[in-house]
Amino acid sequence: MFKNAFSLYYDGFRSMVLGRTLWKIILIKLFIMFAILKVFFFPNFLETNFATDAERADHVLSNLTQSAADNH
Amino acid sequence: MIEQIDLTMVSWARATFALTAMYHWIFVPLTLGLSFICAFFESIYVKTGDEHWKKLTRFWMTLFGINFAIGVATGIILEFEFGTNWSNYSWMVGDIFGAPLAIEGIAAFFLEATFFAVMFFGWNRVSKKAHLFATWMVAIGSNLSAVWILIANGWMQHPVGMTFNPDLARFEMTDFAALVFSPVAISHFVHVTGSAFLYASLFVVAVSSWYLLKKRHIKFAKRSLTVACTFGLLASLFVAYTGDEHAYHAANVQPMKLAAMEGLYDGEHSAGLVAAGLLNFSKKPGDDEDSFIFQVKVPMVLSLLANRDVNSFVPGINDLVFGNEAENIMGVKEKMVRGKLAVSGLGDYKAAKKAGDQAAATKALSLFEENSDYLGYGYLDYAEQAVPYVPLIFYSFRVMVGLGTFFILLFMVYLFLLYKDQLEKQPLLLKLGVFSFVLGLVAHEAGWIVTEVGRQPWAIQDLLPVTIARSNLDAGTVEVTFFMFLILFTALLIAELKIMAKQISIGPEGE
Repeated sequence: MFKNAFSLYYDGFRSMVLGRTLWKIILIKLFIMFAILKVFFFPNFLETNFATDAERADHVLSNLTQSAADNH
Repeated sequence: MIEQIDLTMVSWARATFALTAMYHWIFVPLTLGLSFICAFFESIYVKTGDEHWKKLTRFWMTLFGINFAIGVATGIILEFEFGTNWSNYSWMVGDIFGAPLAIEGIAAFFLEATFFAVMFFGWNRVSKKAHLFATWMVAIGSNLSAVWILIANGWMQHPVGMTFNPDLARFEMTDFAALVFSPVAISHFVHVTGSAFLYASLFVVAVSSWYLLKKRHIKFAKRSLTVACTFGLLASLFVAYTGDEHAYHAANVQPMKLAAMEGLYDGEHSAGLVAAGLLNFSKKPGDDEDSFIFQVKVPMVLSLLANRDVNSFVPGINDLVFGNEAENIMGVKEKMVRGKLAVSGLGDYKAAKKAGDQAAATKALSLFEENSDYLGYGYLDYAEQAVPYVPLIFYSFRVMVGLGTFFILLFMVYLFLLYKDQLEKQPLLLKLGVFSFVLGLVAHEAGWIVTEVGRQPWAIQDLLPVTIARSNLDAGTVEVTFFMFLILFTALLIAELKIMAKQISIGPEGE
């Protein structure tokens, strides 16, 4: 069973023609997305700037209630 | 409040999200629809044993694979954007979206990853029926992935099954079934997937029409067209039906969106549907100008579509902004007062909790809870801010509906001419068939514009405007990422078009 499953993937990947090009595109794309874009341009704002969930909640709550003073 | 926020940042963040979503949506519907079309082709092969259907299946499966490979993971960029540009929103909805998106990830991984290998590598290695089963599972799995994303989007249009936790500033799920079986989410899902089937059918029509124009692979093209046009016609009719349901729900839970779709400023009993019209771009809520320079209306149809009653009242933008006592419609101005009480209650609650004053905290929480349904209105400065950009929504809606009607006719004419064996003698129609794929994309994107621009200014309907949903970032950072994505996605699109064109030019194996 496992041998058959392994050989399905092994032979499949070995016999790819167009698939090789597609896999290259997928890998380049994933590299750009996760190793460049995510790391350098898309840090998680709350994860990066606050250490705990309590601080994150407090920050969001502050954003939500900024105008509270204006309403008094 | 809104003046204090960097609106340039919000605009760039919205533009980046729109760009990403619109590019992502070039690939996704083709995956959703082509997976089923491949399953249909292969089912015919298994049923008839005719090897020509196998060649046909393998060819379309290759194009499906190309599209899948180029499009896969482009949606993850949307999640990056949530965390970076929309962190307030992301934090607030984490509890709601966590479950659907986790189910989506698991279902997609197990169903698609497992059966994809059998679908592409399993020809001649597993039995015909086992292979067909794998193909169907890929189709079902791909579409099931879409269910969860569209449920999440449906929740943003009509938030249900949750409560707001004022200590954590999060919406927390209280009723999973209400979220999943929300009529808005369901109508959203069926309309979107139906339109994906239609779009993929147009893709098959375009490629097959090109073969007929070039007088290549004639039998292959005719067989492909017969299945795709039948599927496309059924999908088109289904999309028209579900679109009606979608508009009906909008009338109930997003009446401002419906009013913008119709350019309706003053509500009417027995309201007519604008079949065609030229909007007056200088029209503003509350002024005396005409909303249309020219319009053709179908009497009473809008009331029928919105409320299933030809005599019913359909509120216009002015009714919704300024209120209409006679029709018992609360205006945005009044909602703003209540929204500001909710914001104030939340602020006082936070301050009282910090000070350890339990009595004051209870009182403030009570004020918040009494008015929390209008929370989002508390962040508006003036009532007209609750009105989305009417011309874009009005014309996008007409483009979508007009093209949807055209596709029904196109599929019917194609099927008739296929039946009469006259299709090859219609070069103009075949050229139109090739071009129809582009029209399908335009219709799709127009539909998303109606849905997403139509709900502005809300990230979550009535509860959170986009101006509060954003992160505290400067506009420059977001602007840079907009252009980076523009380059990345354009490169991916060019790669897809080149590989796809080459494969189409080669044609099916052994033909």
